[in-house]
Parts: sequence; C-alpha cells; structure tokens
Amino acid sequence: MSLVAAGSLECKFENAANPCGFPAAGSEIFFFDDLVSWNFLGTTVGINKVTILVAIAVVAVLAFFLYAFRKPQMVPKGAQNLGETGYLFIRDGIARDVIGKEGDKFVPFLFSFFFLVWTFNVLGIIPFAQFPVTSVFAIPVAFALIVYFTWVPLGIYRQGFGGFFKGMLFPPGVPKPMYILLSPIEFISNIIVRPFTHAVRLFANMFAGHLLIATFSLAAYYLLTLTVVGLLGSVASFTMAVALTAFELLIQALQAYIFTLLTAVYISGALHAEH
Amino acid sequence: MSLLAELSGSIGSVGYGLAAIGPGVGIGIIFGQGVQAIARQPEAYGVIRQNMLLGFALAEALALIGFVVPFVYGT
Repeated sequence: MSLVAAGSLECKFENAANPCGFPAAGSEIFFFDDLVSWNFLGTTVGINKVTILVAIAVVAVLAFFLYAFRKPQMVPKGAQNLGETGYLFIRDGIARDVIGKEGDKFVPFLFSFFFLVWTFNVLGIIPFAQFPVTSVFAIPVAFALIVYFTWVPLGIYRQGFGGFFKGMLFPPGVPKPMYILLSPIEFISNIIVRPFTHAVRLFANMFAGHLLIATFSLAAYYLLTLTVVGLLGSVASFTMAVALTAFELLIQALQAYIFTLLTAVYISGALHAEH
Repeated sequence: MSLLAELSGSIGSVGYGLAAIGPGVGIGIIFGQGVQAIARQPEAYGVIRQNMLLGFALAEALALIGFVVPFVYGT
C-alpha cells in the first residue's frame, strides 16, 4: 500500500494513527447520527437514516401490493401479474412444499416476511439509500423474535406442552442412553441457538456485503492518483465494487428466501411432531 | 509465567479464517452432493434445491458468527 500511496499528490484522508494510510471501512459505517432526537421517558429517541429507510420500505411494499390487488382481475396484467407471481412463489414454493396441506394459512405471514426482508435488503444497492437496513442487528432480531414467538406457542398449542417438548427433546428411533447426550444438545440448538442464528444469518450477510462494497468503493477513491499503479488499482477496485453490487443483488434475494424458508420449516416442525 | 509466543494485530481476522474452515467444507459437500442428486434425478430439482439451500443456510451460520464476533468482542 505504501508503494501506491507514495505516488499520491496529497493526503486524501487525514488519519492520525497512520498518516495517508488506507482508512479501511469498519463497523462505524453502520452508525448514523440522529437527524432529530427528543427525550422520551428518560431515554433519547431519535430519527436517523435507518428509521427513514425502514419507513420508506414499509410504505413501498404496502403501496405496491395495495396497488397491485386494488381491483383484482380474472386475467391479471401489469402490477397484478407481478404481485400474483410473488404470491404463488411463496404459496407453492415455500408454504405448500414445506408446511404441507395447512400451509395456506401461513402464506400471509411468510409473504409479508419475504417481501419486507427483501425490500430491506435491496435498499443496500439502491442509489442514495445504499444501506441495507437489515445490517442493523435490531431489525433481524425483531423479525427472528416474531418468528420465535410464533412457532413456540403454536407448537405448544397444537401438540400440547408435553408433546411439543417430548417430540423436540426425545426424537424417536434413538437408543435410550443416547438421550443423555442428545436431549441437552437438542434443547440448546432448538430453543436457544435457533432464534439467534436465524437473526445472525440475515444480519451478518447484509453486514458483510455492505462492508465489502464500502471497502472497494473506498479503495477505488483512495487509489485514484495520477500514477500507473494508482489508476490500475482504482479501476480494478471500481470494477470489483460493481461486480459485488451485482453479487449482492443475488445474495439479498437468497437471504430473504432462506429467512422465509427457515420460518416455514420452524412452523412446520411446530405443527407436526417429528417422525 | 514466561511468554513463549505472542500474537498482535487483527487476531479477529485469524479467528474468522479458522471459523470459515468447517462451514467451507460443509457447504462444498452440500452443493456437491446436491448437484449430484440433481444429475441423478433431474425431475426432483425443486425439492433438492430447496433442501440444498436449507443445508447451506444452516452450515453458513457458523462462518457468519465467526465473522461477526471480532466486531463485537474486538478491542
């Protein structure tokens, strides 16, 4: 890096610890200053970029589907066609495939999750927004908790308290002494780790993706000097940032799909005992 | 206690490298076997792809936790 920076005409970033050094993007790019803040019952409540993006995304998703299904036609066209394709994807591809006959009841739940999570993710590559709000840990945690407090009560309601935990902790077809080892592992993995990984999976993917794009964009600007090495490095970094943006588009849809798929798998596990 | 060796710098990156080994192997196995299954039974593509992605997501979680922990517990 010093080889490249030596050719630069001026310091682009003032960095006390490492003068003219490359300021690698860190977790600080995920924190925004409050635009407005006020005191609410002793705590500071504020509105920042993330709050605004969440509001816009929710309104956009609601507006699109309200518009698409405002006057449903027998032969869909335009927005309704698009909306129905999304609906069928969730109903046939996730709800009926994973949950089975009862899946139709959970389509609205899964449908909302898929499109909301996807829109939240896609904000990461939309110009001017350029921040996937799911990379703020609170949002995936809220989603994962909603799912957690849906499938656990659902399982207890459907299978009874004893039946639900018996099916989860003592899966049939295992030699009896193995339960000493198996039951604690099943308890930890299903009750404690499951909601955690459900949230972390979405969060960390978006976090890592945003960090990668930010790092390469920064590098493209940082290396941009009137030297051969600088120009080559800058162009390469910029190309990488563009390629990663395309890759992110794929990851964003995939993570929204996986989040919804896992939700369906958890609900399915709560509805039917393992066999 | 005498110090035999010391590591300094971004140790979290080393930790992430270590955390990525297992899921890397796992994800390779999942997609390898998935592609093989699709080649053997192309008509079961939908079900295989779905389960492949499910397995991928479960294996990937470990690497992602390894990625996040240095940010959380980093100095």
